[in-house]
Amino acid sequence: MAPQHGPGESGHHPNTSPPGASGHADDPHDGPDAAGHFGRFGGRFMPEALTAALDELGAELAKAMDDPSFVAEFDRMLREYANLPSPLYAARRLSAQAGARILLKREDLNHTGAHKIRNVLGQALLVKRMGKRRVIAETGAGQHGVATATACAYLDLDCVVYMGAEDTRRQALNVARMRMLGAEVVPVETGSRTLKDAINEALRDWVANVDTTHYLLGTAAGPHPFPVLVREFVRGIGDEARAQTLELTGTLPDAVAACVGGGSNAIGAFHAFVPDTDVALYGFEAGGDGVETGRHAASITGGAVGVLHGARTFLLQDADGQTVESHSISAGLDYPAVGPEHAWLAETGRASYQPVTDAEAMAAFQLLCRTEGIIPAIESAHALAGALRVAPQLAAELGREPTILVNLSGRGDKDMETAGTWFGLLDGAEVRS
Amino acid sequence: MAEPVVGRRAGSAFDSAREQGRAALVGYLPAGFPTVAEAIEGCRVLVDSGVDVIEIGLPYSDPVMDGPVIQRAAERALAGGFRVADVFRTVEAVAAAGAPALVMTYWNPVERYGVPAFARDLAAAGGAGLITPDLIPEEAGEWVAAAEEHDLDRVFLVAPSSTAQRIATTTAACRGFVYAASVMGVTGAREQTGQAAPALVERVRRATTVPVGVGLGVSTGAQAAEVAGYADGVIVGSALVRCLLDEADPAAARRRLGALTTELAAGVRKR
Repeated sequence: MAPQHGPGESGHHPNTSPPGASGHADDPHDGPDAAGHFGRFGGRFMPEALTAALDELGAELAKAMDDPSFVAEFDRMLREYANLPSPLYAARRLSAQAGARILLKREDLNHTGAHKIRNVLGQALLVKRMGKRRVIAETGAGQHGVATATACAYLDLDCVVYMGAEDTRRQALNVARMRMLGAEVVPVETGSRTLKDAINEALRDWVANVDTTHYLLGTAAGPHPFPVLVREFVRGIGDEARAQTLELTGTLPDAVAACVGGGSNAIGAFHAFVPDTDVALYGFEAGGDGVETGRHAASITGGAVGVLHGARTFLLQDADGQTVESHSISAGLDYPAVGPEHAWLAETGRASYQPVTDAEAMAAFQLLCRTEGIIPAIESAHALAGALRVAPQLAAELGREPTILVNLSGRGDKDMETAGTWFGLLDGAEVRS
Repeated sequence: MAEPVVGRRAGSAFDSAREQGRAALVGYLPAGFPTVAEAIEGCRVLVDSGVDVIEIGLPYSDPVMDGPVIQRAAERALAGGFRVADVFRTVEAVAAAGAPALVMTYWNPVERYGVPAFARDLAAAGGAGLITPDLIPEEAGEWVAAAEEHDLDRVFLVAPSSTAQRIATTTAACRGFVYAASVMGVTGAREQTGQAAPALVERVRRATTVPVGVGLGVSTGAQAAEVAGYADGVIVGSALVRCLLDEADPAAARRRLGALTTELAAGVRKR
C-alpha cells in the first residue's frame, strides 16, 4: 500500500487505505493490532451478543476500503455533497497577534458545519453495503445527531438518535433540526442524562436489534473496530491538510493542534502526520474550570486508565472505578473518556495533550471572531487557545516563527447561546423582547 | 489450603441439582440495594426460599447490559454510598448462608480495584467467582490467571449471535457454568423467554460439558419450569429486584421476594 503523504495525491483521495495500513507498518504508532489494541489501549469490552456484529463490521470495513467502487462513491459524496476538501486558510490577522503562522483547516465550512459529516457519510454508506436500513446514534451537543440524520436522509435510512434529556433541553434547536431531517430523537432519562448515558442507551438498543441496525458511533472511541473505522473515515482532514500545507508553504507545519473530546477530529487531523516526527502533535482537552478543580473533561490529563464504552483508555473515574461526570462549556467535548488511539499517542509521547480551560477557550473564540470574522465552534476554540499557548514555546525552540496547523473542526452557530451568555450579549432587554 | 467454605463453587451446586433431577436456580440481587444490610437480608431470603446459587450484582455507573429495573436499583445503591468493598461483605454473608456467591460485575470496577487484589479479596470472602457481562475471554487474560491462582469460577456469556467458534472459545474459558443469554437484549422480565434459547443451549452442549445457565427474561414459575426443561440452570434477576424496588417496607419486600423465589424454585423442580 502506497503511503498517502505525497503532495497533490491526497487531496481528493482521503480514504484509499484499508484499516490499520497507512503504509508505515513498522511504525509502532500505526495500530491497532488485529484485535484492536493500540499498545495496552483499545480492545473490545462489550457484551458477547455484539461480538458477531463487531466482527462483521470490521470485515465489511476492510472489504469496502479495498473496493474501488466504495472508495469512489465515498469520495464523490464528500466532494459533491459535503463540500470537501475543505480549504486551508492562512489566518493573517490572527497570525500577527499569535506570533506564529496559523493555518486553519476549515472543517467549519463542510456541509452541516463540522468534520463529522465525513464520518457519518462513510458509515452510512457502509450501512447500505451491509444491507441494514436502521441507524441508531448518540449525541451530546447534537452535532453528531444532526450529521447522522442528514446522512440518513441523504441515503434513505431510518434514523433514531439517543440524547441525554439534559442535553435535549440545552440543545433544543439541534433537536428540532434532527426531527426536521426525519430522525426520531429519544431523550434518555437515566444516569446523568447526558452523552455517556445516551451512549449506554444506544448500546442497549444495539444489543437488542443488532440484526437490522447499525450503531453509527460519533467518535473514534468504543469497541474495536470503531476507533479505526471512524479514523479511516475522518483521516481525510489530515491527508488533505498535509498536502495543502506543502502546496502553500513548501514544507510541513511545525505543529498540528486539535481539540480532543472523544477525539475524532483530532485523530483525523493527526493521522497523516504521525510518521512525520518533526511535526509536533497537540491535543487540547476541555479543562473546564481547571483540572485542579475536578470540574473538567480532560480525561488524559486528569483521568486514569480503565475501561468505558468498550475500550481500555483514559477516563474520569473515582477510586471505585465509577465514571465521574465531566464538565465543559463545550457540550461537544463534555465526555468522560477519550478514544484509545489518543491514549496510545499520549503514552508513547508522540502527541502531547494539555487542558484548556473554559475561559481560555472563550478568549480564543472571541479573538478569532474579531480578527478573522470566523465564529468557531467552542470545541475548535479549545484547539485555537492551545495553539496560541504553545506558539511562543515553539518559536523559542525553533528560533523562528512557527507554522501551526489548527483544525477548525466546526462552526459556532450552535454555540451562540452559550457564547452570547458568556460574553453578556443576551442580557439586554432589546434582545429578549 | 484452607477448607473450602460450604457450597462455595457454583459447579457443585449445579451438580447436586442435576443429581436431584432438576435444574439449579440462580438468583440475582444487587449489593447495596436498598442498603448493604438489606441486600444481605434479601440474599438470605433467596437462599432460604430455594435458590441454589446467588449472583450478587456490583452496582456500576454505566451498566450497558442491564435494563431499567436493575439500573434503577444500581443507581440507588450508588446514591446511597455503595462502595466496591461492600460487595465482599455481601459475599461473606451469602457464603455463610450456605450458597455459592458469584459476583456479577462490569469490568472497570475490578480493573480499578486491581485484578489480583479483587480475586484475592473475593476468595477470602468465600466467593465462588465472577460473572463478567462486558468481558470476553480474549480480553480476560489477567482475570483468568488470578482466578486460577485463587480457585475461582469464571462465568462468561454466550448469546444467540455467537458463532460455533466463539461458543467453543468462550465455554473453554468458563468454569462453574456458562451464562447463555436467552434473547438478544438487556436484562428485564419478558412475556416470553426467547425462542432462541433452546437452540443456543443445544449448540453450547455440543461444545462443552460445563453446565449451562439461561438468563434474561425469566420472571415466573412457569417460565422457570420451561427453561429448566432444557437448561442446567435458570437465572432470574430483574423480577427479584422488582420485589425490592416496588415495596418500600423492608418486611413486605422480603415477603414478596420469598414468595416469588418459592414459586421459581417449584418451577425448576417441575419437569
